[in-house]
Amino acid sequence: MSMQLKNLPFDAEAITNFTKNRNEPKWFSEIRLKGLALAEELPLPTPEKTRIADWNFTKFNVQTESDAVDQLSDLPEEISTLMGKGDQVGNVLIHVNNSAVFDHLSQNLKDQGVIYTDLATAVREHSDLLANYYFKTTSIDKHQLTALNAALVNGGTFLYVPKNVVVSEPIQAVYYQDAPEAGLIAHTLVVAEESSSVTFVESYLSDAAAGTSVANIVNEVVVGANAQVKYGAVDEFSDQFVTYVSRQANVAKDGRIQWALGQMNDGNTLSENATNLEGDGAEADIKAVSIGSGSQKQNFDNYVRHVGKATKSQLLVRAAQKDASNSIFNARTKIEHGASGADGEQTQRVLMLSDQARGDANPILLIDEYDVVAGHAASVGRVDPDQLYYLMSRGIKQETAEKLIVEGFLAPVVDLLPIEGVQKQLTKLIERKVG
Amino acid sequence: MTAPELKINDLHVSVEGKSIVKGFDLDMKGGEIHALMGPNGTGKSTVASALMGHPKYEVTSGQALLNEQNLLDMAVDERARAGMFLAMQYPSEVSGVSNADFLRTAINGRRGEGNEIPLMKFIKTLDKRMNMLEMDESFAERYVNEGFSGGEKKRNEILQLMMLEPQFAILDEIDSGLDIDALKWVAKGVNSMRSENFGCLIITHYQRLLNYIKPDKVHIMMQGRIVKTGGPELALQLEKEGYDGMKAELGIKDDETVEA
Ligand SMILES: Nc1ncnc2c1ncn2[C@@H]1O[C@H](COP(=O)(O)OP(=O)(O)OP(=O)(O)O)[C@@H](O)[C@H]1O
Ligand SMILES: [Mg+2]
Repeated sequence: MSMQLKNLPFDAEAITNFTKNRNEPKWFSEIRLKGLALAEELPLPTPEKTRIADWNFTKFNVQTESDAVDQLSDLPEEISTLMGKGDQVGNVLIHVNNSAVFDHLSQNLKDQGVIYTDLATAVREHSDLLANYYFKTTSIDKHQLTALNAALVNGGTFLYVPKNVVVSEPIQAVYYQDAPEAGLIAHTLVVAEESSSVTFVESYLSDAAAGTSVANIVNEVVVGANAQVKYGAVDEFSDQFVTYVSRQANVAKDGRIQWALGQMNDGNTLSENATNLEGDGAEADIKAVSIGSGSQKQNFDNYVRHVGKATKSQLLVRAAQKDASNSIFNARTKIEHGASGADGEQTQRVLMLSDQARGDANPILLIDEYDVVAGHAASVGRVDPDQLYYLMSRGIKQETAEKLIVEGFLAPVVDLLPIEGVQKQLTKLIERKVG
Repeated sequence: MTAPELKINDLHVSVEGKSIVKGFDLDMKGGEIHALMGPNGTGKSTVASALMGHPKYEVTSGQALLNEQNLLDMAVDERARAGMFLAMQYPSEVSGVSNADFLRTAINGRRGEGNEIPLMKFIKTLDKRMNMLEMDESFAERYVNEGFSGGEKKRNEILQLMMLEPQFAILDEIDSGLDIDALKWVAKGVNSMRSENFGCLIITHYQRLLNYIKPDKVHIMMQGRIVKTGGPELALQLEKEGYDGMKAELGIKDDETVEA
């Protein structure tokens, strides 16, 4: 199927210039051009039950810049409140309108070989290392949106944790868009080598000043043998942003990943989260919460693939649907032939808070092996009247009681976020969106 | 403040179209403790739920006045703020909401905006009350009733009672599932509430609790209404004779019994 990329802000020549100006190595420029060619050929993805044909994925400004700042206090308040409290600057990387404007990594971690930098810098300074991982857990030619990401990437983060290094403090990334039509085409790589351990938390925000725009985000996580990654995210793009976000992980033998995703965009959103449990004994714990509000449409696909023996996964999706929002939740657990002893559990619960809202939870189990345990539960329902009665019987007003119940329902992910500022961000967001 | 007063006249309650409570009368004043006893399925919890305003329980006729205000006109939360409390036979679990947050929201709901309880005062009071009930402090941060044992849920109901300090409380089988020590702690908690400004209706099957919380009056309920009222000795008599003896004495026939 051919498609018209009439709004595409770049052609091959522009991309060649763009990549030259950014001093990118040849392999990277080639990926861009390949991405562009594919984007012109490939169709959009076809998420189940959500029509995205008329969503804006291509009209945005790809080239915006912001100046670096010397201290956190020079940043917009929306950003500085996300940082941990106290004088101590944490390990952070802050991107404003696609430019890294502030970064800090402790000397101790640098000495241990940890790399934490924005993608543009990583492409220049750690080219060979990056090339080993870039677009390896997911492919450029998956569909038009991955191809666009490859062609136009203008942001992102590279976190590399060498073998045996245990990073105890969380590593934080913040993206903030406030320039008119500033589109974020980001690609993040988190690489945890064998027997290492790290916690990474990212927040995405945009100001209404950005107006109509696009976020196209591809994040890859490589969990080495016996390594542990905790990955937290809060997505908070404003209602005129169309978001495509893909978070992919590959987990080697006895490695473990924990996802804690707060998916709180106000605009249309297509989300793909996939975990490939490649090695024997690999484990994944996935928790995702979202709130649909206004007239936004969202599609969430959470996928776990069991390849290794005795691999384990637990997937919990919780969502509340307000107003005239419409969300589809697909949870897919696939157990491949040979993954004996695998154990995959999934639960999706959707709370409907309005008669006009729509929410669909589709559990899908695909099992090609005998000796496995797999289970699923999916429900779409309303606030439990007995819970409501119980809270009200203590003198709590109906509205407040409903809020408490919904906030409590979405708490499992809040509790997992390791940075206080980000925890508060999600709590406040939930309060705002529910309220 | 004059002592609070609860007056229930000829209350009739239906559940899902089925008439359960048929002419229930009760007068209580602050300072009084009443016990309500009766066979399973006779409508005791139904009375309690109807007074608190559970949406499933429909009052078809009769009156319930709290300090001369019509309780039945109020929404559930308004009844609570007016001074009613129900320790439920089967308390709900509310995941993701900590006990402490829940209690603070409830207390502040009563006190109204601008008059919130200072955080330190709240924590101190909570600590003290939990101590009295021998509840581990971890229960403050645990989610409301989630994963609580049967007895822990009951103690949590009494904790709420003590924190909210209502004018009238109905304790629905607060003693069921409590071990002998917990029974004493709960009784201690309830007794600590005793004052002219607090009245309490204890629904129970066992006279044992009444050894610890001495009632002023004991009511026996059968087939949807109170059939006999007396002093504490009535509970002792019931313990000895059972409901069959009581039915024989009152000339109540079994076939009228509300189906269980
Ligand atoms: N929500 C409900 N739906 C259907 N039937 C109900 C409901 N609540 C109460 N009933 C019925 O009403 C009758 C009275 O129940 P209720 O719980 O008031 O009895 P009780 O006196 O409290 O009994 P127990 O001593 O066993 O707690 C029973 O037959 C019960 O099955
Ligand atoms: Mg009962």
